Amino acid sequence: MASIMKFTSFALKNLFSKPVTKNYPAEEREYPARARGSLQCKIEDCIFCGMCQRKCPSGAITVDRKARQWSIDRMGCVQCENCVNHCPKSCLKMDVHYSEPDYNKVVTTLEGPPVAPKPELTPEKIAELKAAAAAKKAAAAKAKE
Amino acid sequence: MANRSVVPFGPQHPVLPEPIHLDLVLEDEKIVEAIPKIGYVHRGLEKLVEKRDFNDFVYIAERTCGICSFMHGMGYVEAMERIFDAEIPPRAKYLRTIWCEMSRIHSHLLWLGLLADGFGFEALFYQCWRMREKVLDMFEEATGGRVIFSVNKIGGVLKDMPKEMLAKFVHNFNEIEKELKDLTEVFLTDYSVESRLRGVGILTRDDAIRLGAAGPMMRASGISIDTRSIGYAAYEDIDFDIVTSNDCDSYARCEVRIKEIFQSIEIIRQAVEKIPGGEISIDIKGNPKGEAFTRVEQPRGEAIYYCRANGTKFLERFRIRTPTFANLTPMLYTLKGAELADVPLLILTIDPCISCTER
Repeated sequence: MASIMKFTSFALKNLFSKPVTKNYPAEEREYPARARGSLQCKIEDCIFCGMCQRKCPSGAITVDRKARQWSIDRMGCVQCENCVNHCPKSCLKMDVHYSEPDYNKVVTTLEGPPVAPKPELTPEKIAELKAAAAAKKAAAAKAKE
Repeated sequence: MANRSVVPFGPQHPVLPEPIHLDLVLEDEKIVEAIPKIGYVHRGLEKLVEKRDFNDFVYIAERTCGICSFMHGMGYVEAMERIFDAEIPPRAKYLRTIWCEMSRIHSHLLWLGLLADGFGFEALFYQCWRMREKVLDMFEEATGGRVIFSVNKIGGVLKDMPKEMLAKFVHNFNEIEKELKDLTEVFLTDYSVESRLRGVGILTRDDAIRLGAAGPMMRASGISIDTRSIGYAAYEDIDFDIVTSNDCDSYARCEVRIKEIFQSIEIIRQAVEKIPGGEISIDIKGNPKGEAFTRVEQPRGEAIYYCRANGTKFLERFRIRTPTFANLTPMLYTLKGAELADVPLLILTIDPCISCTER
């Protein structure tokens, strides 16, 4: 007889204890700091080198260097963090929150700020640059010796 | 001769999330023959190795399966490390061992839950999965992922676990162990559970050898083989006995898996005690050339990984031999002569992972 009442202690405990589950979404879940939720890009720092595109195992990231655009297919991203580990400018980072659910496959495109026009070169500026290059060369030669 | 009829089972079945189809040839309620059909989730992951950089392929290798993902990734990187002849830092080996055992715990708890669900004990199923959730939370804290961890790289691991985190995990596992002891009572001594498991699906020791069973399925038939004892990762430094049972039935498979959870908790405790400090990865330079095999003990049994490289950044061949594939033949054998009502249970007791098998 005793062997059919084994689960009773669990059942009684569950009757008088709080629920294990959270009242989501009314109660927010606290994510650990390392959680890989969704990929975020700080587009101001991006140099559009395309490393993340080459390293993405699912091909979710596309980088257009000419148009200065960085885009991600949120549904294609597998949150492996490979791009974050290879970004030379560290402008990619994993946010702990997941991306928003959607009915369609949305591609998020971020556009970098326009490049500041190159300063016009005056004869004084050219001379200054030449002097700096010569000084650098001299320092390198000295270091070699 | 009684009338024969064919009952299709799966690929979608309430008891089993995995897509396997069986044509059950019945004589009254007894199964005379079971004809399997798989191939519903083939994704061609092995072929992808020809198109992806060998360093990035680890993210694809671990997506072979959602339950033993860590070990799939580890099997691949260990094979690649063998090709490079690289010795990884000891701390990385210990971290891999800890994560392997955590994977085993969560896989076995998942299986116990599915088993309870399989014989209609819903409340027991919830208790198992409640415990499993704690392991997943720990995984998320340590690696950032709950199911797919992405912490392996060729030459070590990507993330370290600080001392406090390891101590906290050991404390959590001590609590899980305490709760699991009570739950073990239910699984192993409850009358209703026993009546569903005892004497069902008998696979004798000789049959297990002849049909090539793997993992807990094999160990429940009294064969003491565990790939962990050949010593990959840090298993060389860890003391553990292989869990076996001589009952050869579904009850024995349940018993072996439960005892393996306790053993895994013990291994984690040992690993946390012995873990050395230092680096967690080394840099690997150049392209691989050559071939290598590795064997890894997954929760479901022994998995084999084979890599062949030709000196470019794309491998020529990657091959996985998964434990479920080995266990399909013994499963079909145990199905013969069984009652129709026991079929879901018998399929469950091999802990099938069809996604692994088809890749």
